[in-house]
Amino acid sequence: MSSTYLGMPAVPVYGSGNLHTAEPFPVAARRELDNEQLRANLGHATHTIRDKRLRVVAELPDWEELREAGSATKAAVMARLPELLEQFEENFTARGGVIHWARDAAEANEIVRDLIRDAGADEVVKVKSMATQEIGLNEYLEEHGISAFETDLAELIVQLDHDKPSHILVPAIHKNRSQIRDIFLREMPDVDPNLTDTPARLAEAARLHLRRKFLSAKVAISGANFALADTGTLAVVESEGNGRMCLTLPETLITVMGVEKLLPSWTDLEVFMQLLPRSSTGERMNPYTSLWTGVTEGDGPQNVHLVLLDNGRSAALADERGRSALHCIRCSACMNVCPVYERTGGHAYGSTYPGPIGAILSPLLTGITSEENASLPYASSLCGACYDACPVKINIPEILVHLRSEDVQSRRGTKKVPGQMDVAMKAASWMMGSGRRMALVEKALPLGKLAAGPDRKIKKLPGIAAGWTRSRDLPAPPAQSFRDWWAKEHEDTASKEQA
Amino acid sequence: MKIALFATCIVDAMYPSTARATVSILERLGHDVVFPAGQACCGQMHLNSGYFTEAVPVVRNHIEAFEAEEYDVAVAPSGSCVASVKHQHAMLARSVGDSDLETRATAVGARTYELSALLTDVLGVTDAAAQLGSWYPHRITYHPSCHGMRLLRLGDRQANLLRTVEGLELEPLPEADQCCGFGGTFSLKNADVSSAMLADKNANIAATGAQLCSGGDASCLMHIGGGLSREGSGISTLHFAEILASTREHPAPPPGAVRGGSRSAARLAGKGRQ
Repeated sequence: MSSTYLGMPAVPVYGSGNLHTAEPFPVAARRELDNEQLRANLGHATHTIRDKRLRVVAELPDWEELREAGSATKAAVMARLPELLEQFEENFTARGGVIHWARDAAEANEIVRDLIRDAGADEVVKVKSMATQEIGLNEYLEEHGISAFETDLAELIVQLDHDKPSHILVPAIHKNRSQIRDIFLREMPDVDPNLTDTPARLAEAARLHLRRKFLSAKVAISGANFALADTGTLAVVESEGNGRMCLTLPETLITVMGVEKLLPSWTDLEVFMQLLPRSSTGERMNPYTSLWTGVTEGDGPQNVHLVLLDNGRSAALADERGRSALHCIRCSACMNVCPVYERTGGHAYGSTYPGPIGAILSPLLTGITSEENASLPYASSLCGACYDACPVKINIPEILVHLRSEDVQSRRGTKKVPGQMDVAMKAASWMMGSGRRMALVEKALPLGKLAAGPDRKIKKLPGIAAGWTRSRDLPAPPAQSFRDWWAKEHEDTASKEQA
Repeated sequence: MKIALFATCIVDAMYPSTARATVSILERLGHDVVFPAGQACCGQMHLNSGYFTEAVPVVRNHIEAFEAEEYDVAVAPSGSCVASVKHQHAMLARSVGDSDLETRATAVGARTYELSALLTDVLGVTDAAAQLGSWYPHRITYHPSCHGMRLLRLGDRQANLLRTVEGLELEPLPEADQCCGFGGTFSLKNADVSSAMLADKNANIAATGAQLCSGGDASCLMHIGGGLSREGSGISTLHFAEILASTREHPAPPPGAVRGGSRSAARLAGKGRQ
């Protein structure tokens, strides 16, 4: 790791907005696990997209090299982020765009609100964007009398249902067709009352609903998948074409983007445009890629703004062992392969960013001492499927372990009474720090055998181990450890040899 | 070749027959097995749970125990413990700023092998029946554990060895690469999610029709076996080392006869030793 000074503030400014979970992960997960419909929908959807991804990834003979290139490019961006941001700002501004810098969610929201007011609008159309989810922009605008309409089909479904997205790419992954039909019938003003749940009919209903908004809105808000420093260009990658409508029709275009989305140059896009669609939707190429560089007279939006969002990214960047989480291109491959996500869904993670990447990103952006978010790095069995799937090779399991150590370390400093886990770990450390002590403790194995009873199973354990025996038996320990057997065996051999 | 056995804490204390089987396989191939007496645990549980301070003495002990002994290579019948020795020990030493320990950890890690990797890549075992006399006339399935599969890239080594055991029928396991939900303290801290993962794994095992699930990690097998036992399933679990060590003269317990696997364990065990 480079030890170059990155220009980070001495005290990291952590992010705010929809990055915080309200309850510990195990509690939220338990509730979500009870939702049979959710599990069935999720299981089906993640398996389908997972298989599709594997198929299209296998088509590329240089997939591993592409991942390596993506990872190296992102690492290079992180190493000189301030410089690249300045270069981007210069080019974006020179071509008629306006840059706004936002330290946190509150600042970003205010900037966007003021820009909408300056445009004389009270409603906006939105391209699906994680950054605006993160800062809670829709809710903020609503409080200030501005209606924001999501135009991505899945985001629209979630918004109409007054629900929250549960996946970063397929926000309505937890809903099935008949649920969506019911939502449309209930929430869309001019909907056909005979609407069925066939996908084509549902898509048509959404299209009719959205068309009026596209044609009347004066302001659009988008996120950005990439920003190219050498030309000052922004890029949005999407599937439905709603994004292109928003990016071209309104007079004012406001983009909210995390500072980590930069790429040094146009040519870097080549790698990421191969990595992203395959990893996210399992497609060789996404249907719509829109790139815009400032303002073009007489064509497209004439007022082009970009809000560059920190919201904890500087803090994450300052964490040497966690910073590669910022390489994330929001493809969602990690959540589609994660066995924990598959069972709990996205809501259990509490944050805008669910799944394995969320389990590291949310605590990195908000600081590990933010109580509930500290439960997120433990929401993984460390199976490693996420690392294998990640197109930019973020070593998620390693960062999860790093954050767990940060959590343990941060609690050590406080005067809190050590928990059962702390005590158990300390005792185990003493025992396992010496073969002699381990041998001594193993002499007690027959006691465990006794505790197991005649069917040789332990069915109820106390304290923190109780969770184990809710659904699992523990076998009775053997009468003798291997160590003991070995010692006796070799004693015999030794004495036989002597005899 | 002189081979140092790292029994791992769970095998040493809970599944000694797996370590005995490992010794038997290596001795049958004509190698000398030594057991560094100072060994205890690789520290994976502490490391993965974030208890780095508590992991230090455990990791140091492992390195010292394996440095103290003269041997060519070390072996453990566990993918996850070997992954910890190879990937985590040096990382921990680095994180506490001990460069001497880091060098020593890297050296021990470099000559530590998971059992199937040692058998396949170093000792040239390609046919268990011919080279080891392995005999286990049962229909089984096999679960590849995550750390062996993803951190060590063991590929099909364990399954390929099992396939060459005389009389053994290997049923493919649907969604074999899915985690069983153990994950060390994950199964305590997120017991409900872990149970949900286990339920799916065990349903897939049951769907194969096999009466036994084998694998290369005692902890995963303990988890899978614990769930099967609670479900009242007759399916048991057994480490692949015990199946490779099984011969006509000294057969491993047949399916259903493994400790904690079935109520009729004792009866079946008797029947197995025809």
